[in-house]
Amino acid sequence: MFDSVLIANRGEIACRVISTARAMGMRTVAVYSDADAGARHVAMADMAVRLGPPPPGESYLRGAAIIAAARDTGCGAIHPGYGFLSENPDFVAAVEAAGLTFVGPSAEAIRAMGLKDAAKHVMEQAGVPVVPGYHGESQDDEHLAGAAEAIGYPVLIKAVAGGGGKGMRRVDRPEDFAEALASARAEARGAFGNDAVLVEKFVAKPRHIEVQVFGDGTRAVHLFERDCSLQRRHQKVIEEAPAPGMTEEMRRAMGQAAVRAAEAIGYRGAGTVEFIVDASEGLRPDRFWFMEMNTRLQVEHPVTEAVTGVDLVEWQFRVAAGEPLPAGQQDLALSGHAFEARLYAEDVPKGFLPATGRLAHLAFPAGVRADTGVRAGDEITPHYDPMIAKLVVHGPTREVALMKLRRALGETQVAGTVTNLAFLGALAKHAGFAAGDVDTGLIDRDREALVAAPDPAPEVWAEAALAAAGLTAAEAPATGFALWAPLRRRIGLRRAGEETGVHLRAEAPDAHVIEVAGREIRAERRDGRWRFDGRPGAGAHLAGGRVTVFADHGQVFEIADPLERGAVASGEDVIEAPMPGLLREVLVESGQAVAAGQRLAVLEAMKMEHALTAWRDGVVAEVLAGPGAQVEAGAALIRLEEEADG
Amino acid sequence: MKIDSRVLTGSEEFQANRAAHLALLDEVRTAAEAAAAGGGARARERHVARGKMLPRERVANLLDPGSPFLEIGATAAHGMYDGAAPCAGVIAGVGRIHGLDCMVVCNDATVKGGTYFPMTVKKHLRAQEIAEENHLPCVYLVDSGGANLPQQDEVFPDRDHFGRIFYNQANMSAKGIPQIAVVMGSCTAGGAYVPAMSDVTIIVREQGTIFLAGPPLVKAATGEVVSAEDLGGGDVHTRLSGVADYLAEDDGHALALARRAVAGLNRRPPQTVVWESPEPPAYDPEEILGVVPADLKTPYDIREVIARIVDGSRLDEFKPRFGETLVCGFAHVAGCPVGIIANNGVLFSESAQKGAHFVELCSQRKVPLVFLQNITGFMVGRRYENEGIARHGAKMVTAVATTQVPKVTLLVGGSFGAGNYGMAGRAYSPRFLWTWPNSRISVMGGEQAAGVLATVKRDAMERAGEDWSAEEEAEFKRPTIEMFARQSHPLYASARLWDDGVVDPRKSREVLALSLKAALNAPIEETRFGVFRM
Repeated sequence: MFDSVLIANRGEIACRVISTARAMGMRTVAVYSDADAGARHVAMADMAVRLGPPPPGESYLRGAAIIAAARDTGCGAIHPGYGFLSENPDFVAAVEAAGLTFVGPSAEAIRAMGLKDAAKHVMEQAGVPVVPGYHGESQDDEHLAGAAEAIGYPVLIKAVAGGGGKGMRRVDRPEDFAEALASARAEARGAFGNDAVLVEKFVAKPRHIEVQVFGDGTRAVHLFERDCSLQRRHQKVIEEAPAPGMTEEMRRAMGQAAVRAAEAIGYRGAGTVEFIVDASEGLRPDRFWFMEMNTRLQVEHPVTEAVTGVDLVEWQFRVAAGEPLPAGQQDLALSGHAFEARLYAEDVPKGFLPATGRLAHLAFPAGVRADTGVRAGDEITPHYDPMIAKLVVHGPTREVALMKLRRALGETQVAGTVTNLAFLGALAKHAGFAAGDVDTGLIDRDREALVAAPDPAPEVWAEAALAAAGLTAAEAPATGFALWAPLRRRIGLRRAGEETGVHLRAEAPDAHVIEVAGREIRAERRDGRWRFDGRPGAGAHLAGGRVTVFADHGQVFEIADPLERGAVASGEDVIEAPMPGLLREVLVESGQAVAAGQRLAVLEAMKMEHALTAWRDGVVAEVLAGPGAQVEAGAALIRLEEEADG
Repeated sequence: MKIDSRVLTGSEEFQANRAAHLALLDEVRTAAEAAAAGGGARARERHVARGKMLPRERVANLLDPGSPFLEIGATAAHGMYDGAAPCAGVIAGVGRIHGLDCMVVCNDATVKGGTYFPMTVKKHLRAQEIAEENHLPCVYLVDSGGANLPQQDEVFPDRDHFGRIFYNQANMSAKGIPQIAVVMGSCTAGGAYVPAMSDVTIIVREQGTIFLAGPPLVKAATGEVVSAEDLGGGDVHTRLSGVADYLAEDDGHALALARRAVAGLNRRPPQTVVWESPEPPAYDPEEILGVVPADLKTPYDIREVIARIVDGSRLDEFKPRFGETLVCGFAHVAGCPVGIIANNGVLFSESAQKGAHFVELCSQRKVPLVFLQNITGFMVGRRYENEGIARHGAKMVTAVATTQVPKVTLLVGGSFGAGNYGMAGRAYSPRFLWTWPNSRISVMGGEQAAGVLATVKRDAMERAGEDWSAEEEAEFKRPTIEMFARQSHPLYASARLWDDGVVDPRKSREVLALSLKAALNAPIEETRFGVFRM
């Protein structure tokens, strides 16, 4: 076994790898960019090496620097985590050339699976079923359109080098093909430096079921399946194992296919074979097709760990150190059911925009596995994936596990940034999901209901007002003193841009009356805990002019500052950056007439391109920032000429 | 030493006392609530319909959320002017803005347009006096039509009339006590000088106006026709005239600007006393109502009251065996060290000497003084006059008059005659003076006054050989007794601002604590006593 290992990653996965490595007695070395100098993974490791500035290209993707760091710190192995360099065959080759061990598959195996069309070809030859589609060399627009016609609409355009939903477009009608092709290519070029695409059949009621495999270079075993059908724009949201409705027959068929796939390329280490399953007539062994193989540890690996009892990272280290497979297929068994929910800093009502911010407060309930790379006080920066944590629960049955998931989501507390917690909570309560009737279209179909933020109850408003007034913690003996009647003070709270006046009458340090929605709610503190009309408060956190009440998965209120009244209104004529990012393109110039909905500029942020559009017809008065500018959230980018009255 | 209470809280007497005090409290509460309602429902509706906040909400939104508000003159002008000026048309008191104690003076435009009645002027000046003595920044929320013209003779010409407001502003500003005005309505004629004389002035757009003469007077004088907004509105004064400094969009914005102005004062209270951690009294202040007899004539141990006011009910009593009718001792009120001087009977020579001694001690140690007044006066009679009780009383009065430590006085019972002087009555400039609903104040008791007058008359009648029946004498005495009863009532006293307000006895501790805290915004100067008649 290795004495020391360098973890070439950051965030929750670096932390997760470090904990197993430490448990196995290894010394751990972290790497970090300037943005992560104080990050949790750095604090957890025995030592840490700086890689460079925040952009991944200047830090976590600097293979040579990472290899040098491993040598300098006496590491015998490098664990890549997922993402970054984990599936980069050149890096693997360089690591091995440096005389170090790469904890993962060989460069050849990665290459074999890296290009999707080639991978499918390999799989077809190995007898693994593949989805009808075009995986050919020709990238001619006409040719691709023709292939799409041949496969039959709807089709899916995917980046050959892609992953994680980038460079992927669903096309329903032939007339939309050209535009979708262009945008898929652009995204693929930006993300992977390779704009080659393939075209596939779009499956009617698709489920995403993947099989965890583990190989030692010759032999492979599978650790059963995971269902990742709950997706939004091809990003997994909640994963589970085993797949609901899975039969032993189909599990065996899929497992065998996955093992065949792994053995076909002499796979070593942890890998995942992703299948698309047509569930329109239930799960049937003849309705699954190979999609791709991920030659790394998956984000959602903990659900497999939960139902098999295997520490996959431990296995990775053992196999990388030359041990045979730690268990044979007959030794592996499923136990119970597990879910994983991915908690992100993102603005769900604004279309799941990635968010940033300082995590003023972060708490997970006991009895839940929370894989996280951040702590309260840490910053979610725009440089990397805005994941906060993965919450993993396990129970003897799916029903129990799901109840545990709901409770875990209900008791998770985050303040300081917007999150998808409420969305996850709504999803965990979705009737179809509860029934196990899942498919990859579930979220999009019911999106409106799932993202609908429940209106806070009056008690929640009351708790928010009390926190906004700074009175939840106040112990000053004279709080609320008045000779006769208490003073009535207005607290302005904003939700979705709309301000509501809540009136507060402080009576004593431990007693207040809050007038909200035509009701008078009595807040009283007993044994240090606030009650609102007798109901225990959910708890609240006040930071940066925002109050988070930990009810309904976190209700966020902005405290209205009357001083803002005086600020010169920037007006809706100014198009602002919705988040910090790099201004990629400015598509208009001053004096140009624009139509409502027209794209004005493209902002690249959080690895995504966001088109900024004109909200009304008008004329561009001024372009306030040029292409290549790094802009802050709220930065004025383009100003439209004022509309004439009438 | 912790005071050991002897009162039986379950006794009938306790319950009877409590019921009597609650009835008295109700009377004051009713008066206070009427005062807080300002000019009545219709006037308030009109006020709100103009987009303005009601005056008490203005105060609330100016102060920190949950800030205590030590209101002064909450029942000022009660029963005066045929009820035309509830709360004297102006709200005043001490509250916290960004943690800083400030004096807030807020006109109530629902009361005769916020015009100044004589008591309005007196209350405004009293608020300024408190601010000046205690170094409290002043925030004036102005919404007033100026002097109440029908009463101009009682509000304009004299020293302590309208003009004194601006004199005070100038002199406080000179002493570095910030003056901030928020113009939320009219500021006409003399009133225009409140914002003009302030260090910083905020005005609300299309709502606040400042001018020496309003549009009707301008038209009459020069024929010029001009709108109020163009004559002296917020836009004019922040853009053209410079009379105001900040333009606010509405009341809420204006108050936020005022809060910001206070936040920027770069000011904090001086280090004066050594604060301890506050500790509640060992005996529940709620019990005060049952502990204190309903009838002023019934003697009781004042330590029972002290036990329900001071931290841990602890009193380090000074000279406990000497001059026992005056209880003196060191204690803490909400962490603030105080010297307590409390009446426990009529003042004798020894009591007065002890009092003077104790005031000297506190002055040297710079410990604030709290007076609990329940005093029928100094002992009378040949023996006492001959031993020089006036000389000893004068010592106490001299000490109380000249000490530089903050004094806070609470009338918990009678306040009669020269006892009032020795116990820091209004004339002795306590920083704050509060009264209980059961308290009475007059030069002497009504019975005694009527008795004096009757004796004089009887002597004259007897010299003339006339007869005066007991019934006739009673009839003669009745109007005097009634007059004294009426005039010594705490609401009558408070209406005329002889004190800063009638308070709920159960809140005495908080009232004293807040008074002391406010007072300690000013440094404690060295005391130089006058000549003591030894």
